[in-house]
Amino acid sequence: MILWRAIAAAILFAGIPALLAGEIPPDARRSGYSFMGPDTRAMQDDDTSNPGMLFVLDGETLWRKKTGSADKSCADCHGDARSSMKGVAARYPAFDKALARPVTLDQRINLCRTNHQQATPLPYESRDILTLSAFVAHQSRGIAITAGEDPRLAPFVEQGRKLYLQREGQLNLACTNCHDDNFDKRLAGSPITQAQPTGYPLYRLEWQTLGSLERRLRSCMTGVRAQAYEYGAPELVALELYLMSRARGMPMETPAIRP
Amino acid sequence: MARSTVCIVATLASLALASHTRADGLVPYTIVGDGIADSLTGMPGDAARGRALVLARTTTCILCHSGPFPETRFQGDLAPDLSGAGTRWSTSQLRLRLVDASHFNPDTIMPSYYRTDGLVRVGRNFTGKPILSATEIEDIVAFLATLRD
Repeated sequence: MILWRAIAAAILFAGIPALLAGEIPPDARRSGYSFMGPDTRAMQDDDTSNPGMLFVLDGETLWRKKTGSADKSCADCHGDARSSMKGVAARYPAFDKALARPVTLDQRINLCRTNHQQATPLPYESRDILTLSAFVAHQSRGIAITAGEDPRLAPFVEQGRKLYLQREGQLNLACTNCHDDNFDKRLAGSPITQAQPTGYPLYRLEWQTLGSLERRLRSCMTGVRAQAYEYGAPELVALELYLMSRARGMPMETPAIRP
Repeated sequence: MARSTVCIVATLASLALASHTRADGLVPYTIVGDGIADSLTGMPGDAARGRALVLARTTTCILCHSGPFPETRFQGDLAPDLSGAGTRWSTSQLRLRLVDASHFNPDTIMPSYYRTDGLVRVGRNFTGKPILSATEIEDIVAFLATLRD
């Protein structure tokens, strides 16, 4: 009798995708939005008060602007972003066949600039790359994240997961120590979130500007007194990919507001 | 009994001797039981300086801990309240907890404040340095010992 029960239980559990130790079950995942106070939420909810929308509008202007020696705008190839870019940011970082590795949305925009517009790449975290990225990602607002589904990405997702679990820096802390094991507690008075990257690029009140997920990751690394990876480093891309795949199914919020 | 005492003394002496060969520039210390009995500096710490250190964000204590510090906003709640720490622990136990909390629990999120080995990708400005100096450890230990229920 006990044996049969054990077998039945084993069969039951085998059907459920195994959660790794410390991982947050899908139905317990929460956007950083849910950790914010009512004022900050209201600021994000109303497009006329959300400062991120100013960047989105600037991005729309850049989208239509001809640039580079090819004298082409994004719109000349991609047309109306409202339809052509819908859902695109939700699947980034995506696998690039030519490079045989994942690229972030910012890197994709710069590949387009170099290859098709014959323009110089925009520096990481510059206003132009952030506005274009925000405009493109905004077309996915409300759409479920699908990043990491491409089987060619599997080894890179795994690399990102390992980095997420790796303790580092003088304070010897891994992402998981705070964002899986201690979310909702307070670090120096501020709530620790689950690190679900649903709203990037986003407007951080602390920064007083829009910033990328890479900027956020680098500031966490600096916080634990680790040597932050350079912008665009394969490790940062892998970490970004893992975080996006970890948030798969959650809706995009770009441009989000965070404290 | 006499023989085992001699044996412990001999072990301690050899530990102390071994730790003198450390190349990391840290003051050698000896773990006895669940603590470090001797001051890292050979002198008692200054509790008033220790209180200021606990409240300074750069030492990181207050980011995770809270305590009887009414003037300080934004304390953390990731780790136990420091109230009564001096009742719960002896100075010897407090010292080892600060120096290397992972000695008790390898999975703890509390950093080892007096350790430079076994760390990954330490930032350029922090390479080879412990989070706290021996003097800072002693000051904080002296202060925590005054927090009695």
